[in-house]
Amino acid sequence: MKAAALAVTAVVIAVLPFELSGYHQGLAASVAVYVIAILGLNIVTGYTGQISIGHGAFMAIGGYTTAIMSHDHHTSLLATLPLSLAITFVCGVLVGIPALRLSGVYLALATFALAVSVPQFALKFSKFTGGSNGIQTSKTVSHLWLYGVSWSCAAIALAAAWLILRGRTGRAFRAVRDSELAASASGVSLAIYKTLAFGISAAFAGVAGSLFVLATNGFAQPNEFGVFLSLTLLIGAAVAGLGSLWGVLAGAAFVALLPTVSQSVPLVGSAHGQDVAFGLAVILVMLLLPTGAAGLFVRIRTLRPNNADTTES
Amino acid sequence: MEIARRLAQRPVLLVLAGGCVFLVVGSLDSSIFAQQTVAGLAQGAIFGSLALALVLIYRATEVINFAQGEMAMATTYVAFQLTKWGLSYWAAFAITLVVAFVFGTVVQLVFIRPVQQKSVIAVVIVTIGLFILIDGLVTWRFSAQLQFMPAPFGNSVYHVGSVAVSRQALGTLLVSVLSVILLGVLFRFTKLGLSMRAAALRPAAARLVGIRVDWMLAIGWGLAAVLGAVAGLMTEPTQFLQPTMMQSILLYAFAAAVLGGLESPVGAVVGGLALGVFLNLIGQYVGFVGAALQLPLAFAVLLGVLLVKPNGLFGRALVRRV
Repeated sequence: MKAAALAVTAVVIAVLPFELSGYHQGLAASVAVYVIAILGLNIVTGYTGQISIGHGAFMAIGGYTTAIMSHDHHTSLLATLPLSLAITFVCGVLVGIPALRLSGVYLALATFALAVSVPQFALKFSKFTGGSNGIQTSKTVSHLWLYGVSWSCAAIALAAAWLILRGRTGRAFRAVRDSELAASASGVSLAIYKTLAFGISAAFAGVAGSLFVLATNGFAQPNEFGVFLSLTLLIGAAVAGLGSLWGVLAGAAFVALLPTVSQSVPLVGSAHGQDVAFGLAVILVMLLLPTGAAGLFVRIRTLRPNNADTTES
Repeated sequence: MEIARRLAQRPVLLVLAGGCVFLVVGSLDSSIFAQQTVAGLAQGAIFGSLALALVLIYRATEVINFAQGEMAMATTYVAFQLTKWGLSYWAAFAITLVVAFVFGTVVQLVFIRPVQQKSVIAVVIVTIGLFILIDGLVTWRFSAQLQFMPAPFGNSVYHVGSVAVSRQALGTLLVSVLSVILLGVLFRFTKLGLSMRAAALRPAAARLVGIRVDWMLAIGWGLAAVLGAVAGLMTEPTQFLQPTMMQSILLYAFAAAVLGGLESPVGAVVGGLALGVFLNLIGQYVGFVGAALQLPLAFAVLLGVLLVKPNGLFGRALVRRV
């Protein structure tokens, strides 16, 4: 049943670009970008229990890596992806180390500090980053290229996340989330797994950031990576449902498509009406589905009597 | 002697006392230093009142209200509309505070209460949704252009010796500190305040002695919105009125609240004042920081404090039963 749904989704995503206009291909690609970023956030927040409101910062680092490498060193765009993966992994581990001392709301605000600070550094050190005008990659890509690469990366990311989370590492993550004391008593090293979770999750966000830059005509600009991006990712993760892999698709579609869709609704489409629509939608979803799309899946499954006892955590 | 002994027991107080001595000595030494200190205190008072609003809500609901700044901004626009209809500034000010109280209470009743029992993250996301919603509504109604209100304190400048102090800064400081003190009095000396503290601290026990806990939480949100409105109205003379005016202030207020320890109202105000003075002095004397690095610097200080004291300056260490 699950495999069938997976196969259908994969086929739809593979066939879709040939039915869409260039503009809509770009839009669909942005869903993939959010899938990768929200997956990353979900690994550290949903599975390891370390709330982060700072993943926009890792996206910024990844995005600037791509833009700077392409602009200054004419690296091929595809080759910048593994590079930003590596760089943001290291950044994530580095952020994870002070995070060991903090927990709960204090950790959340410390990561928030990161989200606030990174774009400001891009403004300050304009020699490298182009200041508020930003920096552009030396080449731009077509919508179809973007769609193909983004969804391939998203598929790899989903597979990687699934593999990481189903094994020993994922078990350790969940143990840390459920009780740090019990986890460390059972021999799970909190220091290793917390920093690892931050590293992996930052690497996901970094790749998403690179693709994000490619999706905006190759421009990396400070205001695109502002605090709001981090909050958007958090909204996506909450709509997806924390601790769920498949809900991420729903969460990403929600944050990537809703603002654009509401633009075309006649009454709402007027200036800034889309903010109103997006804000209202966020509030409504949380009022109706406090556990996100994942909660909805569980609810639907428990409706079927033969599967009533297979709720997963 | 007694005071010295107690200071030694609380290293944080010692550091703060040292900071105050440093500020006084510096102010006596240089009039520019004194000017920046007063301006910093005025700015810090605004951070402090918004931080206090965050702390009020954090104590009652255990969430950070991301919409606090936008709620403050929206209520400032209410005052703007009232003055445009011909009311005097202070009449509009008073009415706005009432409107803010109702607004905060209604927000809690309509948007927060339904999700409050379900999950903390859902409440946080709802406040982010409110942030976007309020921002959109205000921009829709008033446009994103700068608007101007009558100046509440005029533009005159006092001279104390060689130190020039603007009436604006003094007025801001006075109004903010007064509202914080009034709130403190409310919590400390009235039955309503006692009930609110009980509801925040031990909801179940408070309910058993007959306190309407739900209502107390709603009133808490209302009072937080009033503080936010004061912060917004005091911000307006320096930043002018636009939908984004409270966004960076909110970030500083976060920093101030965490600096003080999130649970501690005194900490929020002290954190706000300290941050305001610190940023102003750094802006004056350390050229490299400039406008771009002010926020990162504020947060770097915050991180430094958190690494030494993970629960903020005035926070209590969390003891959890396993």
